[in-house]
Order: sequence, then C-alpha cells, then structure tokens
Amino acid sequence: ENSGTAVGIKCTDGIVVAVGKSQASKMLVAGSNRRVFGVDAHTGIAVTGYAADGRQVVNRAREEAQSYKDTYGHEIVPSVLNNRLSLFMHYFTMYGSLRPFGASAIIASYDQDLKMPELYMIDPSGSGYRFHACAAGKGSNAANTELEKLLNRCGDEGITTKDAVKELGRILHIIRDTSKEKPLELEMGWLCAESGFKHALVPKALVAEADEAGKAALAGATIAAAGGGGNGGGATTTTSTAAAEEKSAMEVEE
Amino acid sequence: MNTNWGPSTDVQDPALGTTIMAVAFDGGVVMGADSRTSTGTYVWNRVSDKITSVGDKIFVCRSGSAADTQAVVDVIRLYLQMHSLEIGKQPEVPTAANLLNQVCYSNKDNLMAGMICAGWDERNGGKVFSVPLGGGVFPHPFVIGGSGSGYIYGYVDSNFREGMSKAECQQFVKNAVSLAMWRDGSSGGVIRMVTITKDGVEKEMVSGQNLPHLAKGWCP
Repeated sequence: ENSGTAVGIKCTDGIVVAVGKSQASKMLVAGSNRRVFGVDAHTGIAVTGYAADGRQVVNRAREEAQSYKDTYGHEIVPSVLNNRLSLFMHYFTMYGSLRPFGASAIIASYDQDLKMPELYMIDPSGSGYRFHACAAGKGSNAANTELEKLLNRCGDEGITTKDAVKELGRILHIIRDTSKEKPLELEMGWLCAESGFKHALVPKALVAEADEAGKAALAGATIAAAGGGGNGGGATTTTSTAAAEEKSAMEVEE
Repeated sequence: MNTNWGPSTDVQDPALGTTIMAVAFDGGVVMGADSRTSTGTYVWNRVSDKITSVGDKIFVCRSGSAADTQAVVDVIRLYLQMHSLEIGKQPEVPTAANLLNQVCYSNKDNLMAGMICAGWDERNGGKVFSVPLGGGVFPHPFVIGGSGSGYIYGYVDSNFREGMSKAECQQFVKNAVSLAMWRDGSSGGVIRMVTITKDGVEKEMVSGQNLPHLAKGWCP
C-alpha cells in the first residue's frame, strides 16, 4: 500500500509521468499492478497511495471527461478536470461518515493544437494545483529536490520528452534507499509526438533504457561518494606535500 | 403553428421565412441573412436582425419560428458564457454548435428552428456548422438555409470555390442572398452581413439601390 513515488514533469513537446513501484513479491507479474491510467485521449493520471482508492479517483475522472465531451463536444479542458476532481476528492473530507481518499493524483495533459502541456496534482485534501514538475508519495521530498535541480539545469529551454523519460527514471532510482527497499519497477506514461499526442504508456524499450540509466546513476553515485572520500584524503596529502615543497623552496631562497 | 382563433384565419406565429447563409474562408467566416419577419402574408418586421451573437466571435443565423429561435439562442448564450468562465478562455465554434444541437435535438418535438452556427476561434480558425430542423451538427465550408435557400442552390453550387478571399466571400454572400430575396416571397428587406476574423467583427447592411441586382440583364 505504500506504493512508491510518482513524479510528473512538463516538457517543451509534451508531458511525462512516472511511478516507481516496489516489487512486493517475486510472484507478481511485472506490469500488472497499474498506476498510470488513461482518462481521455489527451489526458492521463498517475496515482500513489492506496491503489484501490486511486482507481476510484481515476474512474471518476473518466466519467467527468466523458460527460464533458457529451455536453460540449470537445475533450475536457485540463483545468476543468482538475477542478472537478478536486471538488470530488474534497467532498469526502467534509462528512464524518466518509473517509478521504488515501491517494494523490497527478494529472498530465497536452493540447497539441495550442502546444500547451499542463500538469496538475491533487492531494487527499482535495487541493489541486498546477505544476511545472511535481512528486507524490513516499519519496516525494527527495524527488521534489531532484526535480528542482533538473529544472534549474534546463533553464529557460526546458526539457524534451525523450530526455525527461531518462531523467525521471534516474530520479526514481537515486532517491531510494536500496539497502532497505524491494527492487524498483518503473511505470511511465507520456503525451508527445511519438505517442500521436495521445496518452500512452512509454514504450518498454525506452522504459528499460531509463531503468538502466537510473541503475547506472545509482551505482555512479555510490562510487563517487567513496571516491570523494578518497580524493579528499588524497587532496590533503597533496597540500601537505606542496606546503613541504614551499617550505623547502623558501628555505632555498633564504 | 396555426392558432386558428379569431376573425382572420391566416394569422400565424411570427416566422422567419428567411434566407440565411454562412461561408468560411482562411481566417474567418462571412455570415449573411435577409431581414424579413412575416406572420402569414403580413411583413411584421422588414429590418429584422437574424444574425445573433452567442459569444464575442460566434454568431448564429436563425430561421424558422422567431420565438423558438430566440429562446434557443438565449439558452446557448447562457451556457456558452458559463462554459467560457469555467475553461478560462474564449469558447470554440464547435462547442457552440454542439450546445445548439443538444437543445434543438432534445426539444425537437416542440421546436421549429433551423440554425447556422459560425465564427472564429484560435484553435479552429473560421468554422461553419449547420444545425437543421431535427438537430444534428454538420460542418461545411459553406451553408445556406431558410425558405429562400431553395432558390439559390444552383447559384451557390456553381459559384463557390475553396480558397476565396474575404472580399470574394462577402460578394458571394451578397449575390446569393439578393437572388433569394428576388424570388422568395418570405425573404426580403435588406441584406445583413457579419464578417468575423481574429481581428474582430464587422457588421454591414446592404439595402435598396446597393443590393446586387443580378437579374438586371433581363429584368429592370
């Protein structure tokens, strides 16, 4: 039930969401415990927390999107979906006979005509805000820090969906405590030119690449930590030699 | 509808006998209509405005029962305004056409309203939709409607071309509506034209001597 971290990022040419799922048991078939869902052609939702609660939220989102389309004849505007879903989740916080949803929802949507990616996140209280990048779930604090660093690196140019896939995979790996947690399974969804601007799961090959990149980054990070310590030690040696040399140089000058 | 009471037997609900049309071009639409509202044989209003706004850049041409079409357009305007507030931007033409359809189709037993919905929005550019008597939404490069339209199918079919400029479309609409007014007893008065582009809405009225008189070759 503590179903791992979900992250989402707004890209220049689309939008990407990813969920890092802990493989609770080797008996589970990979890809069966879905966390990323399509809501309408142009929108997807990633959920964290209680999976069952998350699924109910997604169901409601699908109903809202459908009824909107029936009434107005076009796909639901992301800000409206955010509003409807927030109202829905908030409702359950108002009455003692109901319990709040134990899930957060990250809504990802891309308007291909107006070239507008929109990312929203709604927490169990029903507050939905619009983000450049967001994270929810167990490792959300660490993920948010990494996402901020990533956005700073990208600056005004932003990031492409292809790069974002790799970066999100990397982030989901490095924020984990590998000694304590079960192996990670990545599930990613995106909206971009390659998916025909429809919400789709990222192709397995790209997810695998991101997974490898993530594992490599994790390995690299651990080596760097050890190397840093070693270098630090080495550095002190060098400076003392330099100091000795300087002293001897000075001695010579004298 | 024939409320057959009282001394005169040909008193009917005010009806928009009408010729209406709308043409899309690259960058907007041109809408045109005549201005005659009649109750039976009596011309009740010879300068009516049958092109009604439902949004800043979305208009509807009305034909059929005057009361029905006014009521329908009022409802659409309300829903479109609320919708526009909710989505935080200007409404789109297909949305307006869809709402029109919802009302016309659900109430088809009680309405007599043939409408043409046209306008400009950022995503779609200039778009024309016809929502005829029973409902349904039909996108077209151009649409003609009303009782007068029957007389000008030949003219529009042979003279419409894709890729006309704004000025050519305006002339096309003027010619077509004036030919319909020439032959249809329920259409007449002045030609009202509305041109909608991303830069704004231009309204024009063509009356009297300015009406293109295409039959002048054989008829003074």
